[in-house]
Amino acid sequence: MPDPLLRVDNLVRRYGGITATDNLSMEVVPGELHAIIGPNGAGKTTLISQLTGQVMPNSGTIRFAGRDVTGLPSYKRSRLGLARSFQITSLLKDFSAIDNVALAAQAHDGHSFRFWGNARKERHLRDTARSALERVGLGKRADIVVSQLSHGEQRELELAVALATKPQLLLLDEPMAGLGVTESARMVALLKELRKEVTIVLVEHDMEAVFALADRITVLVYGRVIACDVPDAIRRDEEVRRAYLGEQHAVTRHD
Amino acid sequence: MKPKLNASNAVAALMCAALILLPVYSAATGNIFILTLFTRIVIFALAAASLNLIMGYGGMMSFGHAAYLGIGGYAVGILAAEGIGSGFIQWPVALVVSALFALLIGSLSLRTRGVYFIMITLAFAQMAYYVASALSRYGGDDGLTVYKRSDFAGLINLSDRTQFYYLCLGCLFGGLYLIWRIVNSRFGLVVQGVRSNEQRMQAIGFHANRYRLVCFVISGTICGLAGALLANNTDFVSPAVMYWTRSGDLMVMVILGGMGSLFGPVIGAIVYLLLEELLSQFTEYSGLILGPVLLLIVLFARGGIMGLLGRMRRA
Repeated sequence: MPDPLLRVDNLVRRYGGITATDNLSMEVVPGELHAIIGPNGAGKTTLISQLTGQVMPNSGTIRFAGRDVTGLPSYKRSRLGLARSFQITSLLKDFSAIDNVALAAQAHDGHSFRFWGNARKERHLRDTARSALERVGLGKRADIVVSQLSHGEQRELELAVALATKPQLLLLDEPMAGLGVTESARMVALLKELRKEVTIVLVEHDMEAVFALADRITVLVYGRVIACDVPDAIRRDEEVRRAYLGEQHAVTRHD
Repeated sequence: MKPKLNASNAVAALMCAALILLPVYSAATGNIFILTLFTRIVIFALAAASLNLIMGYGGMMSFGHAAYLGIGGYAVGILAAEGIGSGFIQWPVALVVSALFALLIGSLSLRTRGVYFIMITLAFAQMAYYVASALSRYGGDDGLTVYKRSDFAGLINLSDRTQFYYLCLGCLFGGLYLIWRIVNSRFGLVVQGVRSNEQRMQAIGFHANRYRLVCFVISGTICGLAGALLANNTDFVSPAVMYWTRSGDLMVMVILGGMGSLFGPVIGAIVYLLLEELLSQFTEYSGLILGPVLLLIVLFARGGIMGLLGRMRRA
């Protein structure tokens, strides 16, 4: 296996008496689409937030592209090529779609202490933004204010924003959340395209999508990794089946 | 963004034209009072515009903005009292001291959000107020008379009412132009993005607070200029210009005119100060009328007067 792009060792994050991330270790290798699944409250979003720096772990280390990023604030990790989408859509609601994406491109194009020129007229920022919008199928909706976009479009815009930062690793927190059947299908098709270009960590509840897309799957229960393998092996894994895929009552075993 | 022909832009254009032509009207009718009143209005419009930069565009509810009026004013007043009458020294000092003060309170208060930010900016302004009150050498509580207006080596005579008015108006237009450029620049988009969703801006790679702080300093500096103008206008500076009610007045002007709109604070300053002036002729309790007016604006016209005008176009 090649050197991991992302390597997490013994990560712990507690909230009061609850251990949301419990001595968690995992690796993501370049080029793979690595899915993370687990029941509600398994600590998936907490994990993503620690990877991107919105939440700091109590202990453990996170290495990204060979560099220890455990103590770095999120804006610095973003500059290293770590991008995320949010489970609950988190966009600049009063900005147009293209402004949202162009700002992401701007963040990775030198500092922004430029006070005079009109940023909306900067060709290369607009072009980068437009092509990211076209990637996700929002080319025609560029000038619409975010609050006027449908939920599905906002999910796609989340992705365009992440793409515009030219990430090495894309962390997607439930990109399918709240999408209808057609929209979900579009999103799966889109992710199939994207995975050819960028390493992806995908947190998702939609099992059909996960098993269709993932190279490897990590299963999280109560903040712990109970399995990490290729989809077929995960499907067959007894513990995973008990904990998650179907037999719900078995989850209590992990108390 | 492209300028469009709509009600709010038309009003802004008319307002600018009226402000430019005002001295002509004043000279033709011999009405000097209106010129002095509008000189004051223009100065406060500049201060309100600077507050709008952080409050409207940056989402930073500073409740201590009048401090810069005082700091700019005292810079002029103190230097004048010490025998340094040149505006080429007084004004840069006013700007630099205001910027430094903004840097100090910004770097401390921007660690907080919401109500705490409001309270800390208020506390700093009140501190400035009490410091000024304690400056017994410079008048203390009673304030400091500026016996001679800033001297610009014959370039412009600040004691001439019309020249001084145009200087103030030039500063206002210059300030608005600067703010307009900033708001549409890379920097401005980042600041507005942080207002809209700070977490998102961090996640795409912006160190949000650095941009907020610089914006805070720019705003304070522009307001310091308004302070230097104000001291020249009244030939006097006292701690009262820094009192928290003054900061409140500035906030009201911004909200009344329309937060986050370029000309909102100008129209807000005009309406607020004209109402105050008019009402004071009939009653001592002008607040009894101004208060409900503000309440109605906040309840029914979130975007202030400019927001109302903007909606007229669509209706």
